[in-house]
Amino acid sequence: MQPTHAHAASHQSQQSHSHHHIVPFKVNMAVGITLLVLTAVTVWIAQFDFGAMNMIVAMTVATVKAGLVVAYFMHLRYDNRFFLTMLLVCLIALTVFIVFTMIDQKSRTSIYDYEMQEIRKNAKMYEKKGLTAPKDATPAKH
Amino acid sequence: MNGVTNLAATDRRPETPLELHAENHHSPYQAHHFTDMAQQFDAAKMGMWLFLLTEILLFGGLFCAYAVYSTEHAAMFHSAHKMLDWKMGALNTVVLITSSLTVALAIRSIQLNQRKAAIWLLVVTIACAAIFLVVKYFEYSHKIHLGLLPGNFYHYDGSEGVIIGNNPHIYFGIYFAMTGLHGLHVVIGMIVLGWVLLRLIKGEFNSEYYTPVELGGLYWHLVDLIWIYLFPLLYLIG
Repeated sequence: MQPTHAHAASHQSQQSHSHHHIVPFKVNMAVGITLLVLTAVTVWIAQFDFGAMNMIVAMTVATVKAGLVVAYFMHLRYDNRFFLTMLLVCLIALTVFIVFTMIDQKSRTSIYDYEMQEIRKNAKMYEKKGLTAPKDATPAKH
Repeated sequence: MNGVTNLAATDRRPETPLELHAENHHSPYQAHHFTDMAQQFDAAKMGMWLFLLTEILLFGGLFCAYAVYSTEHAAMFHSAHKMLDWKMGALNTVVLITSSLTVALAIRSIQLNQRKAAIWLLVVTIACAAIFLVVKYFEYSHKIHLGLLPGNFYHYDGSEGVIIGNNPHIYFGIYFAMTGLHGLHVVIGMIVLGWVLLRLIKGEFNSEYYTPVELGGLYWHLVDLIWIYLFPLLYLIG
């Protein structure tokens, strides 16, 4: 194809403005109202104690809300798919970051025989279980 | 004499940017290194998304800190979160969702060349941002008054209910770090949307070119997104 043809084709498509997807008013309002309803659901559901499920339930509702904002308000549903791919790569990286930190957090006590203690001013590392103070150490103030 | 000037005018090669754009039959808003307006718009949006992803990772570090400390001090977190007023948090959630809706509608309006509607919707958005900050100011000043503060600054005397567990200052450290960084984003969002509003009033945007409105809107939605997670984590679960 000649470059001139390509140019002609490109500004024909540009004149039609087909690349600007306009989200209908009704869709915008529906998403807004759904977000407000889901906020009420989050508050209402927090009264009940599901134990360990509390966090999972609240995060699920929050993620549904976030999904609506990203898809409709931020136009990701209508935009170039590459943006969605970028977002997913970022979220996967974040998930790896948090999950691996939590694996460490949850399994630490099975490796070391001491647990996190209350923070005190001038606390010394050797005060941890099984360590003795070096000879020249000044005693820690409690 | 007259004929000579006319001849000169018609023979003159296009020189100014506007003439050059007209010569090439494309929009005066299009920079020459882009194939068309769609590509230019997508490139701008991709840049904004890349920036927003770094923002997600920035807050991600704080969410990770929250995850670590809330599992380490589950009982203290649950007890300390009751010191926050969930009604204030819920009000701010409603305010931010409303502002997200109005900015989305402002973009829709400018896409349809309804400049006046877009201006008013942006004004409402910025007003919502201000309401959010006022509510946050009342919350913060109450916490500061009670001494519910991070680290060394913590000096709460238990006058509004006792916090069970050790090191409650950790909870308030995380609370102030997360909501403080988020609040800073609200302030920056107000400045960005204010600048977009000024340009909108000057008539610099229309259905063909409104990239700054779109990108400012994307930034504002991110502020809303972060709060959608902060609200249940800090105010409801603890």
